[in-house]
Amino acid sequence: MSGVRVLVGTRKGAFVLTSDGKRAQWAVSGPHFGGWEIYHLKGSPVDPNRLYASQSSGWFGQLIQRSNDGGKTWESVGNKFVYDGVPGTHQWYDGTPHPWEFKRVWHLEPSLTDPDTVYAGVEDAALFRSTDGGQTWQELSGLRGHGSGPRWMPGAGGMGLHTILLDPSHPGRIFIAISAAGVFRTDDAGKTWRPINRGLHSQYIPDPNAEVGHCVHRIAMHPSRPGVLFMQKHWDVMRSDDAGESWHEVSGNLPTDFGFPIEVHAHEPDTIYVVPIKSDSEHYPPEGKLRVYRSRTGGHEWEALTKGLPQRDCYVNVLRDAMAVDALDSCGVYFGTTGGQVYASADAGDSWTPVVRDLPAVVSVEVQTLP
Amino acid sequence: MIRVVLPYHLRTLARVGGEVTLDVEGRATQRSVLDALEARYPTLRGTIRDHVTQQRRPLLRFFACAEDLSYEPPDAPLPDAVASGAEPFWVVGAIAGG
Repeated sequence: MSGVRVLVGTRKGAFVLTSDGKRAQWAVSGPHFGGWEIYHLKGSPVDPNRLYASQSSGWFGQLIQRSNDGGKTWESVGNKFVYDGVPGTHQWYDGTPHPWEFKRVWHLEPSLTDPDTVYAGVEDAALFRSTDGGQTWQELSGLRGHGSGPRWMPGAGGMGLHTILLDPSHPGRIFIAISAAGVFRTDDAGKTWRPINRGLHSQYIPDPNAEVGHCVHRIAMHPSRPGVLFMQKHWDVMRSDDAGESWHEVSGNLPTDFGFPIEVHAHEPDTIYVVPIKSDSEHYPPEGKLRVYRSRTGGHEWEALTKGLPQRDCYVNVLRDAMAVDALDSCGVYFGTTGGQVYASADAGDSWTPVVRDLPAVVSVEVQTLP
Repeated sequence: MIRVVLPYHLRTLARVGGEVTLDVEGRATQRSVLDALEARYPTLRGTIRDHVTQQRRPLLRFFACAEDLSYEPPDAPLPDAVASGAEPFWVVGAIAGG
């Protein structure tokens, strides 16, 4: 029987949660790298035993860990992330130029075809790639150097490149997103890039319709329909039907359209999930009720999913990389909270159960569907 | 023989229990000791000194013989007691919360 492996990154280590296809009983392994911030872990789609993890610390900097046995054992690989050429400057919070400085890896995205190729989205925002299993890293500097870089600025959490979407139908096409710069696309495997933010509207920047400067929190796609993108922006839930060339709002009847993650059902490309958060000043659910919202129409019309989730006195947040789906017949949906809970739904969100309740604050959740 | 005491997380990372002992060729300096440490434990590269600038990471300090050596030049000789192995060279993490 197939099963799932849930990879959880937290402020104080990594945890691996495993279950069979019923997703009712869970085994918890961890903490791995106890005491370290684990921003993200992700497995290779072509070799599920190959995992990569971003391990970091304010004291000791960045490390990359690699596993070849599904997370049972780990080895540290290369941690030398050096910007290509003279790094230059981006905007600081006060609008002054600020030198590009590497701080950490926010997101690791293994290649769709080669377990030794993996992309890293870093703070200060840049995209790196390794083709030797993480031993060495090279910047795809066409992104940072394409021209708009000096106008990028950090979001409240830093200027991180947090989303990397590899288009399965166009091998050279990659979408990335940066807080607070926006979405960018390459069609030539990372040599050249351009911003794709037309239709985004952000009141918190001098020109609300600017080419760059938007605080995009997360983008998502369904692999069967990679031209359709969904976005949770700082405010607004957005959709593009032309691979990012233009965006339109699909917030519809959401109680608030601020939030961080957005995810797509594994088998229904028009079923999407968000977790509305009260506001950018109050990073917790409205009314103290933790609700996932699901749209089965690709946006506009949303329903609250509450069964099994706390509906009073709940003031946790769900961060941008902390939601994922599995690919079992009945799609599983998972998310982690800053309160240390990881919730799972084995019925596409209709009902939820906490897998664990008391982990450190959850930063990221990824799911592997195992044969 | 040089003795080096690492903070907890670096001991875990390098998979060492207590003090690390190193043979350092030539004069014992911060640079030669850290070069020898990183050669023995490559996983520590970048965790004590920046890969490119070789500057000490900001939240780490270097102590020995009850002295703060953090701001000594990297090629200055370490105290004789460190060079002889009588006293360890300490890599210390700042006591900061979180």
